[in-house]
Amino acid sequence: MGAMQSVPAELVPGPAPHSPSTAQPSRHSALVRAAHWIVALSFLALLVSGVEILISHPRFYWGENGNVLTPVLFKLPIPSSRSLVPTGYGFVLPDQNGWSRYLHFQSAWFAVLAGLVYVVAGFVSGHFRKNLLPRGEEVSWRALGRTITSHLRFERPSAAEAWTYNLLQRLSYLVVIFALFPMVIWTGLAMSPAFTSAFPASVTLLGGRQSARTIHFFVAMSLLLFFLVHVGMVWFAGFRSRMRTMITGRIDGPLEGA
Amino acid sequence: MTDLSRRKLIKTGLAAATGIAGLGMAARLAKNYGLIPPDAGGIWGVGETLNYASYRLLTNHSMAREFPRSEISTKPLANEMPPLSDAFKKLQAGGFADWRLSVDGMVDRPGMFSLEQLKSYPVRSQITQLACEEGWSYVAEWTGVPLSHVLEVAGIQPRARYVVYFSIDPDWWDSIDMGDALHPQTYLAYGMNGGDLPIGNGGPLRMRVPRQLGYKSVKFITRLAVTDDLRKFGKGLGSASPETGYAWYAGV
Repeated sequence: MGAMQSVPAELVPGPAPHSPSTAQPSRHSALVRAAHWIVALSFLALLVSGVEILISHPRFYWGENGNVLTPVLFKLPIPSSRSLVPTGYGFVLPDQNGWSRYLHFQSAWFAVLAGLVYVVAGFVSGHFRKNLLPRGEEVSWRALGRTITSHLRFERPSAAEAWTYNLLQRLSYLVVIFALFPMVIWTGLAMSPAFTSAFPASVTLLGGRQSARTIHFFVAMSLLLFFLVHVGMVWFAGFRSRMRTMITGRIDGPLEGA
Repeated sequence: MTDLSRRKLIKTGLAAATGIAGLGMAARLAKNYGLIPPDAGGIWGVGETLNYASYRLLTNHSMAREFPRSEISTKPLANEMPPLSDAFKKLQAGGFADWRLSVDGMVDRPGMFSLEQLKSYPVRSQITQLACEEGWSYVAEWTGVPLSHVLEVAGIQPRARYVVYFSIDPDWWDSIDMGDALHPQTYLAYGMNGGDLPIGNGGPLRMRVPRQLGYKSVKFITRLAVTDDLRKFGKGLGSASPETGYAWYAGV
Protein backbone atom coordinates (compact mmCIF):
# COMPACT_ATOMS: atom_id res chain seq x y z
CA MET A 1 0.00 0.00 0.00
CA GLY A 2 2.87 2.41 -0.61
CA ALA A 3 2.69 5.66 -2.45
CA MET A 4 4.30 3.85 -5.39
CA GLN A 5 1.10 2.03 -6.09
CA SER A 6 -0.63 5.18 -7.22
CA VAL A 7 2.06 5.86 -9.83
CA PRO A 8 0.90 4.43 -13.17
CA ALA A 9 3.12 1.45 -14.02
CA GLU A 10 4.08 2.87 -17.40
CA LEU A 11 5.69 5.91 -15.76
CA VAL A 12 7.97 3.81 -13.57
CA PRO A 13 11.37 3.59 -15.25
CA GLY A 14 12.85 0.24 -16.12
CA PRO A 15 11.04 -2.94 -17.06
CA ALA A 16 7.34 -2.75 -16.37
CA PRO A 17 6.62 -4.48 -13.08
CA HIS A 18 3.99 -7.12 -13.39
CA SER A 19 1.55 -6.08 -10.74
CA PRO A 20 -2.01 -7.32 -10.44
CA SER A 21 -3.27 -3.77 -10.43
CA THR A 22 -2.41 -3.34 -14.11
CA ALA A 23 -4.61 -6.26 -15.01
CA GLN A 24 -7.53 -5.00 -12.98
CA PRO A 25 -10.01 -2.82 -14.85
CA SER A 26 -10.51 0.70 -13.55
CA ARG A 27 -13.60 1.12 -11.39
CA HIS A 28 -14.04 4.75 -12.46
CA SER A 29 -12.61 6.15 -15.69
CA ALA A 30 -10.03 8.93 -15.40
CA LEU A 31 -12.55 11.37 -16.83
CA VAL A 32 -15.21 10.44 -14.27
CA ARG A 33 -12.68 10.80 -11.44
CA ALA A 34 -11.37 14.17 -12.66
CA ALA A 35 -14.89 15.52 -13.16
CA HIS A 36 -15.95 14.19 -9.76
CA TRP A 37 -13.20 16.02 -7.90
CA ILE A 38 -13.42 19.26 -9.86
CA VAL A 39 -17.16 19.37 -9.24
CA ALA A 40 -16.76 18.32 -5.60
CA LEU A 41 -14.24 21.09 -4.83
CA SER A 42 -16.26 23.63 -6.81
CA PHE A 43 -19.41 22.61 -4.95
CA LEU A 44 -17.76 23.21 -1.58
CA ALA A 45 -16.50 26.62 -2.77
CA LEU A 46 -19.97 27.47 -4.11
CA LEU A 47 -21.53 26.41 -0.84
CA VAL A 48 -19.23 28.49 1.36
CA SER A 49 -19.40 31.57 -0.88
CA GLY A 50 -23.15 31.13 -1.37
CA VAL A 51 -23.73 31.12 2.38
CA GLU A 52 -21.56 34.25 2.73
CA ILE A 53 -23.57 36.06 0.03
CA LEU A 54 -26.82 34.90 1.60
CA ILE A 55 -25.80 36.40 4.96
CA SER A 56 -25.90 39.86 3.39
CA HIS A 57 -29.65 39.43 2.91
CA PRO A 58 -31.06 36.38 4.72
CA ARG A 59 -34.62 37.11 3.59
CA PHE A 60 -36.58 35.40 0.82
CA TYR A 61 -39.38 36.64 -1.40
CA TRP A 62 -41.56 35.38 -4.21
CA GLY A 63 -42.15 37.09 -7.53
CA GLU A 64 -40.13 39.83 -9.17
CA ASN A 65 -39.11 42.11 -6.29
CA GLY A 66 -38.36 42.14 -2.61
CA ASN A 67 -36.38 44.21 -0.14
CA VAL A 68 -36.40 45.15 3.53
CA LEU A 69 -39.51 47.30 2.98
CA THR A 70 -41.60 44.48 1.52
CA PRO A 71 -43.10 41.39 3.17
CA VAL A 72 -41.00 38.24 3.17
CA LEU A 73 -41.83 34.71 2.11
CA PHE A 74 -39.62 33.62 5.01
CA LYS A 75 -36.40 34.73 6.63
CA LEU A 76 -33.55 32.86 8.22
CA PRO A 77 -33.02 33.52 11.94
CA ILE A 78 -29.37 34.46 11.49
CA PRO A 79 -27.39 37.72 11.83
CA SER A 80 -26.60 39.67 8.67
CA SER A 81 -23.54 41.38 7.20
CA ARG A 82 -25.62 44.49 6.39
CA SER A 83 -26.97 46.97 8.90
CA LEU A 84 -29.89 47.52 6.52
CA VAL A 85 -31.39 44.15 7.38
CA PRO A 86 -33.42 43.96 10.60
CA THR A 87 -32.35 40.66 12.16
CA GLY A 88 -33.02 41.16 15.88
CA TYR A 89 -29.31 40.70 16.55
CA GLY A 90 -27.44 43.63 18.02
CA PHE A 91 -24.42 43.24 15.74
CA VAL A 92 -23.51 43.22 12.07
CA LEU A 93 -21.19 40.60 10.58
CA PRO A 94 -18.23 41.67 8.41
CA ASP A 95 -18.94 42.04 4.70
CA GLN A 96 -17.52 39.07 2.79
CA ASN A 97 -19.40 39.51 -0.48
CA GLY A 98 -16.47 40.73 -2.59
CA TRP A 99 -14.35 37.58 -2.60
CA SER A 100 -17.45 35.41 -2.13
CA ARG A 101 -18.94 36.63 -5.38
CA TYR A 102 -15.63 36.23 -7.24
CA LEU A 103 -15.23 32.71 -5.82
CA HIS A 104 -18.87 31.81 -6.49
CA PHE A 105 -18.67 32.58 -10.20
CA GLN A 106 -15.18 31.19 -10.73
CA SER A 107 -16.09 27.85 -9.14
CA ALA A 108 -19.40 27.87 -11.01
CA TRP A 109 -17.42 28.08 -14.27
CA PHE A 110 -15.17 25.19 -13.22
CA ALA A 111 -18.16 23.06 -12.18
CA VAL A 112 -20.14 23.85 -15.32
CA LEU A 113 -17.24 23.23 -17.71
CA ALA A 114 -16.22 19.97 -15.99
CA GLY A 115 -19.88 18.98 -15.82
CA LEU A 116 -20.38 19.63 -19.54
CA VAL A 117 -17.40 17.47 -20.49
CA TYR A 118 -18.65 14.76 -18.12
CA VAL A 119 -22.20 14.80 -19.51
CA VAL A 120 -21.14 14.78 -23.17
CA ALA A 121 -18.62 12.00 -22.51
CA GLY A 122 -21.20 10.14 -20.42
CA PHE A 123 -23.61 9.98 -23.35
CA VAL A 124 -20.94 9.18 -25.93
CA SER A 125 -19.27 6.43 -23.89
CA GLY A 126 -22.51 4.91 -22.65
CA HIS A 127 -21.57 5.62 -19.02
CA PHE A 128 -25.08 6.84 -18.20
CA ARG A 129 -26.79 3.93 -19.98
CA LYS A 130 -24.48 1.26 -18.56
CA ASN A 131 -23.78 2.54 -15.06
CA LEU A 132 -26.50 4.98 -14.03
CA LEU A 133 -29.76 3.99 -15.71
CA PRO A 134 -31.43 1.40 -13.48
CA ARG A 135 -30.95 -2.09 -14.88
CA GLY A 136 -33.96 -3.89 -16.34
CA GLU A 137 -34.49 -6.20 -13.37
CA GLU A 138 -34.34 -3.23 -10.99
CA VAL A 139 -37.18 -1.27 -12.50
CA SER A 140 -39.92 -2.35 -10.12
CA TRP A 141 -41.45 -1.05 -6.94
CA ARG A 142 -40.44 -4.26 -5.19
CA ALA A 143 -36.78 -3.81 -6.12
CA LEU A 144 -36.93 -0.22 -4.97
CA GLY A 145 -38.55 -1.29 -1.69
CA ARG A 146 -35.87 -3.93 -1.19
CA THR A 147 -32.97 -1.52 -1.63
CA ILE A 148 -34.64 1.09 0.60
CA THR A 149 -35.15 -1.51 3.35
CA SER A 150 -31.55 -2.66 3.12
CA HIS A 151 -30.42 0.97 3.42
CA LEU A 152 -32.71 1.55 6.40
CA ARG A 153 -31.31 -1.56 8.08
CA PHE A 154 -27.82 -0.14 7.55
CA GLU A 155 -26.72 -3.35 5.86
CA ARG A 156 -23.11 -3.06 4.79
CA PRO A 157 -22.64 -3.35 1.03
CA SER A 158 -21.14 -6.60 -0.23
CA ALA A 159 -17.76 -6.69 -1.93
CA ALA A 160 -19.56 -7.06 -5.25
CA GLU A 161 -21.28 -3.74 -4.72
CA ALA A 162 -17.97 -1.95 -4.86
CA TRP A 163 -18.07 -2.64 -8.61
CA THR A 164 -21.48 -1.25 -9.33
CA TYR A 165 -24.13 1.17 -8.12
CA ASN A 166 -27.28 0.06 -6.36
CA LEU A 167 -30.70 1.32 -7.39
CA LEU A 168 -30.88 4.18 -4.87
CA GLN A 169 -27.43 5.37 -5.90
CA ARG A 170 -28.37 5.29 -9.57
CA LEU A 171 -31.57 7.22 -9.01
CA SER A 172 -30.01 9.85 -6.75
CA TYR A 173 -27.02 10.38 -9.08
CA LEU A 174 -29.39 10.79 -12.03
CA VAL A 175 -31.48 13.33 -10.10
CA VAL A 176 -28.37 15.26 -9.09
CA ILE A 177 -26.86 15.27 -12.59
CA PHE A 178 -29.99 15.86 -14.67
CA ALA A 179 -32.30 17.77 -12.31
CA LEU A 180 -30.56 19.52 -9.40
CA PHE A 181 -27.42 20.74 -11.20
CA PRO A 182 -29.29 22.04 -14.28
CA MET A 183 -31.81 23.71 -11.98
CA VAL A 184 -29.22 25.38 -9.77
CA ILE A 185 -27.40 26.68 -12.86
CA TRP A 186 -30.63 27.94 -14.44
CA THR A 187 -31.85 29.73 -11.29
CA GLY A 188 -28.38 31.21 -10.80
CA LEU A 189 -28.28 32.60 -14.34
CA ALA A 190 -31.83 33.91 -13.90
CA MET A 191 -30.43 36.31 -11.28
CA SER A 192 -27.94 37.82 -13.73
CA PRO A 193 -29.22 41.08 -15.25
CA ALA A 194 -26.94 40.54 -18.27
CA PHE A 195 -28.05 36.96 -18.89
CA THR A 196 -31.73 37.80 -18.50
CA SER A 197 -31.36 40.73 -20.90
CA ALA A 198 -30.35 38.22 -23.58
CA PHE A 199 -32.69 35.44 -22.42
CA PRO A 200 -35.63 37.04 -20.59
CA ALA A 201 -37.63 33.80 -20.50
CA SER A 202 -34.98 32.35 -18.19
CA VAL A 203 -36.39 34.47 -15.36
CA THR A 204 -40.02 35.06 -16.38
CA LEU A 205 -40.62 31.29 -16.56
CA LEU A 206 -39.57 31.07 -12.92
CA GLY A 207 -41.96 33.82 -11.88
CA GLY A 208 -39.41 36.60 -11.42
CA ARG A 209 -36.01 37.39 -10.00
CA GLN A 210 -36.91 36.82 -6.34
CA SER A 211 -38.59 33.50 -7.14
CA ALA A 212 -35.40 32.46 -8.96
CA ARG A 213 -33.35 33.39 -5.89
CA THR A 214 -35.65 31.44 -3.56
CA ILE A 215 -35.61 28.35 -5.80
CA HIS A 216 -31.81 28.67 -6.09
CA PHE A 217 -31.63 28.46 -2.30
CA PHE A 218 -33.83 25.36 -2.07
CA VAL A 219 -32.03 23.53 -4.87
CA ALA A 220 -28.70 24.37 -3.22
CA MET A 221 -30.03 22.96 0.06
CA SER A 222 -31.10 19.78 -1.78
CA LEU A 223 -27.57 19.48 -3.18
CA LEU A 224 -26.20 19.97 0.33
CA LEU A 225 -28.48 17.21 1.59
CA PHE A 226 -27.27 14.93 -1.20
CA PHE A 227 -23.66 15.82 -0.35
CA LEU A 228 -24.11 14.98 3.34
CA VAL A 229 -25.85 11.67 2.66
CA HIS A 230 -23.30 10.82 -0.05
CA VAL A 231 -20.34 11.43 2.27
CA GLY A 232 -22.16 9.55 5.04
CA MET A 233 -22.69 6.53 2.79
CA VAL A 234 -19.06 6.63 1.62
CA TRP A 235 -18.06 6.63 5.27
CA PHE A 236 -20.35 3.71 5.95
CA ALA A 237 -19.10 1.70 2.97
CA GLY A 238 -15.46 2.27 3.96
CA PHE A 239 -14.12 5.79 3.68
CA ARG A 240 -10.48 4.97 2.92
CA SER A 241 -11.12 2.36 0.27
CA ARG A 242 -13.88 4.33 -1.48
CA MET A 243 -11.80 7.49 -1.46
CA ARG A 244 -8.82 5.60 -2.85
CA THR A 245 -10.98 4.16 -5.59
CA MET A 246 -12.38 7.55 -6.55
CA ILE A 247 -8.82 8.95 -6.69
CA THR A 248 -6.89 6.10 -8.34
CA GLY A 249 -9.70 4.16 -9.98
CA ARG A 250 -8.51 0.96 -8.32
CA ILE A 251 -10.26 -1.39 -5.96
CA ASP A 252 -8.20 -3.39 -3.49
CA GLY A 253 -8.85 -7.01 -2.91
CA PRO A 254 -10.10 -9.88 -5.03
CA LEU A 255 -11.99 -9.32 -8.20
CA GLU A 256 -14.83 -11.72 -7.53
CA GLY A 257 -17.51 -9.12 -7.64
CA ALA A 258 -16.72 -7.82 -11.11
CA MET B 1 9.02 1.25 -21.49
CA THR B 2 6.55 -0.56 -23.74
CA ASP B 3 5.39 0.71 -27.14
CA LEU B 4 1.92 1.26 -25.79
CA SER B 5 3.03 3.41 -22.88
CA ARG B 6 5.40 5.38 -25.11
CA ARG B 7 2.56 6.09 -27.52
CA LYS B 8 0.42 7.14 -24.59
CA LEU B 9 3.14 9.45 -23.32
CA ILE B 10 3.59 11.06 -26.76
CA LYS B 11 -0.16 11.46 -27.13
CA THR B 12 -0.48 13.04 -23.69
CA GLY B 13 2.43 15.36 -24.43
CA LEU B 14 0.94 16.41 -27.75
CA ALA B 15 -2.45 17.01 -26.17
CA ALA B 16 -0.88 19.13 -23.41
CA ALA B 17 1.15 21.15 -25.95
CA THR B 18 -1.96 21.72 -28.09
CA GLY B 19 -3.89 22.75 -24.99
CA ILE B 20 -1.27 25.27 -23.90
CA ALA B 21 -0.92 26.68 -27.42
CA GLY B 22 -4.73 26.89 -27.64
CA LEU B 23 -4.96 28.75 -24.35
CA GLY B 24 -2.24 31.17 -25.46
CA MET B 25 -4.08 31.82 -28.71
CA ALA B 26 -7.38 32.29 -26.89
CA ALA B 27 -5.74 34.78 -24.52
CA ARG B 28 -4.30 36.78 -27.45
CA LEU B 29 -7.65 36.79 -29.27
CA ALA B 30 -9.47 37.81 -26.09
CA LYS B 31 -7.05 40.71 -25.61
CA ASN B 32 -7.41 41.88 -29.22
CA TYR B 33 -11.20 41.85 -29.00
CA GLY B 34 -11.26 43.63 -25.64
CA LEU B 35 -12.62 40.66 -23.71
CA ILE B 36 -10.26 41.05 -20.74
CA PRO B 37 -11.67 43.05 -17.82
CA PRO B 38 -9.39 45.50 -15.96
CA ASP B 39 -9.41 43.36 -12.80
CA ALA B 40 -8.33 40.18 -14.62
CA GLY B 41 -5.07 39.88 -12.68
CA GLY B 42 -4.92 37.81 -9.53
CA ILE B 43 -6.62 34.62 -8.42
CA TRP B 44 -10.14 35.56 -9.59
CA GLY B 45 -9.01 36.49 -13.10
CA VAL B 46 -10.27 33.28 -14.72
CA GLY B 47 -13.86 33.60 -13.51
CA GLU B 48 -13.95 37.36 -14.00
CA THR B 49 -12.64 37.07 -17.57
CA LEU B 50 -15.09 34.29 -18.43
CA ASN B 51 -17.97 36.39 -17.06
CA TYR B 52 -16.98 39.52 -18.92
CA ALA B 53 -16.06 37.76 -22.18
CA SER B 54 -19.39 35.87 -22.17
CA TYR B 55 -21.26 39.13 -21.75
CA ARG B 56 -19.32 40.71 -24.62
CA LEU B 57 -19.93 37.76 -26.90
CA LEU B 58 -23.51 36.84 -25.96
CA THR B 59 -25.30 39.90 -24.65
CA ASN B 60 -23.59 42.94 -26.15
CA HIS B 61 -26.72 44.21 -27.92
CA SER B 62 -29.40 42.82 -25.65
CA MET B 63 -31.87 45.04 -23.80
CA ALA B 64 -32.48 44.88 -20.06
CA ARG B 65 -35.97 43.69 -19.22
CA GLU B 66 -38.55 46.47 -19.10
CA PHE B 67 -41.71 46.18 -17.04
CA PRO B 68 -45.30 47.38 -17.31
CA ARG B 69 -46.21 50.42 -15.22
CA SER B 70 -48.23 48.13 -12.92
CA GLU B 71 -45.01 46.45 -11.76
CA ILE B 72 -43.37 49.59 -10.44
CA SER B 73 -42.49 48.91 -6.79
CA THR B 74 -44.49 50.96 -4.31
CA LYS B 75 -41.44 50.89 -2.04
CA PRO B 76 -38.27 51.72 -4.00
CA LEU B 77 -35.70 51.10 -1.33
CA ALA B 78 -33.14 53.80 -0.65
CA ASN B 79 -30.34 51.68 0.74
CA GLU B 80 -27.83 52.71 3.37
CA MET B 81 -25.15 55.16 2.33
CA PRO B 82 -22.38 57.14 3.96
CA PRO B 83 -23.32 60.55 5.43
CA LEU B 84 -23.58 63.33 2.88
CA SER B 85 -20.61 65.68 2.67
CA ASP B 86 -20.77 69.39 3.39
CA ALA B 87 -20.16 70.08 -0.28
CA PHE B 88 -23.23 68.03 -1.14
CA LYS B 89 -25.36 69.72 1.51
CA LYS B 90 -24.38 73.13 0.17
CA LEU B 91 -25.46 72.17 -3.34
CA GLN B 92 -28.64 70.68 -1.93
CA ALA B 93 -29.44 73.94 -0.11
CA GLY B 94 -29.23 75.70 -3.46
CA GLY B 95 -31.68 73.29 -5.04
CA PHE B 96 -28.79 71.72 -6.98
CA ALA B 97 -28.78 74.75 -9.32
CA ASP B 98 -24.97 74.74 -9.07
CA TRP B 99 -24.60 70.97 -9.59
CA ARG B 100 -22.20 70.40 -12.48
CA LEU B 101 -21.26 67.40 -14.53
CA SER B 102 -17.80 67.78 -16.05
CA VAL B 103 -16.79 65.77 -19.09
CA ASP B 104 -13.13 65.37 -19.93
CA GLY B 105 -10.63 62.96 -21.44
CA MET B 106 -10.82 61.72 -25.02
CA VAL B 107 -13.54 64.09 -26.19
CA ASP B 108 -13.34 66.92 -28.72
CA ARG B 109 -15.37 69.34 -26.59
CA PRO B 110 -14.70 68.88 -22.88
CA GLY B 111 -17.03 70.90 -20.69
CA MET B 112 -19.44 71.38 -17.84
CA PHE B 113 -23.14 70.58 -17.85
CA SER B 114 -25.74 71.86 -15.43
CA LEU B 115 -28.79 69.79 -14.55
CA GLU B 116 -30.91 72.25 -16.55
CA GLN B 117 -28.76 71.60 -19.61
CA LEU B 118 -29.02 67.85 -19.16
CA LYS B 119 -32.79 68.15 -18.79
CA SER B 120 -32.96 70.13 -22.05
CA TYR B 121 -31.66 67.11 -23.96
CA PRO B 122 -34.00 64.38 -25.24
CA VAL B 123 -35.85 62.94 -22.24
CA ARG B 124 -36.02 59.17 -22.08
CA SER B 125 -37.54 56.87 -19.52
CA GLN B 126 -37.40 53.16 -18.78
CA ILE B 127 -39.14 50.93 -16.26
CA THR B 128 -36.36 48.61 -15.16
CA GLN B 129 -35.25 46.65 -12.16
CA LEU B 130 -32.52 47.72 -9.81
CA ALA B 131 -31.02 44.54 -8.37
CA CYS B 132 -28.46 44.69 -5.59
CA GLU B 133 -25.62 42.18 -5.35
CA GLU B 134 -26.93 41.43 -1.84
CA GLY B 135 -30.08 39.92 -3.32
CA TRP B 136 -32.87 42.50 -2.99
CA SER B 137 -34.49 44.38 -5.85
CA TYR B 138 -37.10 46.91 -6.89
CA VAL B 139 -38.59 48.18 -10.14
CA ALA B 140 -38.82 51.91 -10.85
CA GLU B 141 -39.35 54.23 -13.75
CA TRP B 142 -36.09 56.06 -14.40
CA THR B 143 -36.02 59.32 -16.36
CA GLY B 144 -32.90 60.91 -17.76
CA VAL B 145 -30.75 61.52 -20.78
CA PRO B 146 -29.03 58.62 -22.51
CA LEU B 147 -25.32 58.74 -21.72
CA SER B 148 -24.70 58.28 -25.46
CA HIS B 149 -26.31 61.67 -26.10
CA VAL B 150 -24.03 63.51 -23.67
CA LEU B 151 -21.04 61.69 -25.19
CA GLU B 152 -22.19 62.74 -28.63
CA VAL B 153 -22.45 66.38 -27.52
CA ALA B 154 -18.94 66.16 -26.10
CA GLY B 155 -17.68 64.38 -29.20
CA ILE B 156 -15.95 61.16 -28.22
CA GLN B 157 -12.78 60.37 -30.09
CA PRO B 158 -12.51 57.13 -32.06
CA ARG B 159 -9.87 55.62 -29.81
CA ALA B 160 -12.03 55.94 -26.68
CA ARG B 161 -12.79 52.58 -25.05
CA TYR B 162 -14.20 53.29 -21.60
CA VAL B 163 -16.22 55.90 -19.76
CA VAL B 164 -15.17 56.45 -16.16
CA TYR B 165 -17.74 58.13 -13.92
CA PHE B 166 -17.24 59.73 -10.51
CA SER B 167 -19.53 60.39 -7.58
CA ILE B 168 -19.24 63.53 -5.49
CA ASP B 169 -18.25 61.03 -2.79
CA PRO B 170 -14.57 60.37 -3.66
CA ASP B 171 -14.87 56.75 -2.53
CA TRP B 172 -17.23 55.98 -5.41
CA TRP B 173 -16.21 55.86 -9.02
CA ASP B 174 -16.70 53.23 -11.67
CA SER B 175 -16.35 52.61 -15.39
CA ILE B 176 -18.07 50.86 -18.28
CA ASP B 177 -16.90 49.86 -21.71
CA MET B 178 -18.14 51.64 -24.84
CA GLY B 179 -20.70 48.89 -25.46
CA ASP B 180 -22.42 49.77 -22.20
CA ALA B 181 -21.73 53.50 -22.46
CA LEU B 182 -23.45 53.78 -25.85
CA HIS B 183 -26.20 51.31 -24.95
CA PRO B 184 -29.65 52.91 -25.33
CA GLN B 185 -30.66 52.01 -21.76
CA THR B 186 -27.61 53.55 -20.10
CA TYR B 187 -28.80 56.88 -18.68
CA LEU B 188 -27.69 59.77 -16.64
CA ALA B 189 -30.88 59.63 -14.59
CA TYR B 190 -32.35 62.68 -12.84
CA GLY B 191 -35.91 61.49 -12.33
CA MET B 192 -37.69 58.57 -10.75
CA ASN B 193 -41.34 57.52 -10.83
CA GLY B 194 -42.45 60.84 -12.30
CA GLY B 195 -40.62 63.14 -9.85
CA ASP B 196 -37.09 64.32 -9.19
CA LEU B 197 -34.68 61.54 -8.32
CA PRO B 198 -34.71 61.36 -4.50
CA ILE B 199 -31.36 61.80 -2.77
CA GLY B 200 -31.65 58.35 -1.20
CA ASN B 201 -31.85 56.86 -4.68
CA GLY B 202 -28.92 58.85 -6.01
CA GLY B 203 -30.39 62.28 -6.78
CA PRO B 204 -29.84 64.70 -8.28
CA LEU B 205 -27.91 62.67 -10.89
CA ARG B 206 -27.25 58.98 -11.02
CA MET B 207 -25.75 56.64 -13.58
CA ARG B 208 -28.20 53.95 -14.61
CA VAL B 209 -26.73 50.74 -16.09
CA PRO B 210 -29.66 48.30 -15.97
CA ARG B 211 -27.80 45.31 -17.45
CA GLN B 212 -25.52 45.27 -14.43
CA LEU B 213 -26.15 45.06 -10.69
CA GLY B 214 -26.97 48.11 -8.62
CA TYR B 215 -23.46 49.05 -7.60
CA LYS B 216 -22.57 50.00 -11.20
CA SER B 217 -25.38 52.59 -11.07
CA VAL B 218 -23.26 55.04 -9.06
CA LYS B 219 -25.07 57.85 -7.24
CA PHE B 220 -24.37 61.62 -7.26
CA ILE B 221 -22.46 61.81 -10.56
CA THR B 222 -20.25 64.89 -11.02
CA ARG B 223 -17.68 63.83 -13.61
CA LEU B 224 -17.24 61.70 -16.70
CA ALA B 225 -13.81 60.85 -18.08
CA VAL B 226 -13.52 59.20 -21.49
CA THR B 227 -10.40 57.08 -21.86
CA ASP B 228 -8.69 54.27 -23.72
CA ASP B 229 -6.80 53.06 -20.66
CA LEU B 230 -8.29 52.29 -17.25
CA ARG B 231 -4.84 51.92 -15.71
CA LYS B 232 -4.72 55.72 -15.40
CA PHE B 233 -7.45 55.73 -12.74
CA GLY B 234 -7.13 54.78 -9.09
CA LYS B 235 -5.22 51.55 -8.67
CA GLY B 236 -5.82 50.71 -12.31
CA LEU B 237 -8.48 48.08 -11.70
CA GLY B 238 -11.26 49.94 -13.51
CA SER B 239 -13.27 51.17 -10.55
CA ALA B 240 -13.42 51.60 -6.80
CA SER B 241 -15.15 48.20 -6.48
CA PRO B 242 -12.14 45.93 -7.16
CA GLU B 243 -10.11 48.06 -4.75
CA THR B 244 -12.47 46.91 -2.00
CA GLY B 245 -12.66 43.35 -3.32
CA TYR B 246 -15.70 43.53 -5.61
CA ALA B 247 -15.75 42.61 -9.29
CA TRP B 248 -15.52 45.36 -11.92
CA TYR B 249 -18.00 43.58 -14.19
CA ALA B 250 -21.32 43.30 -12.37
CA GLY B 251 -23.59 41.68 -14.96
CA VAL B 252 -23.92 38.62 -12.71
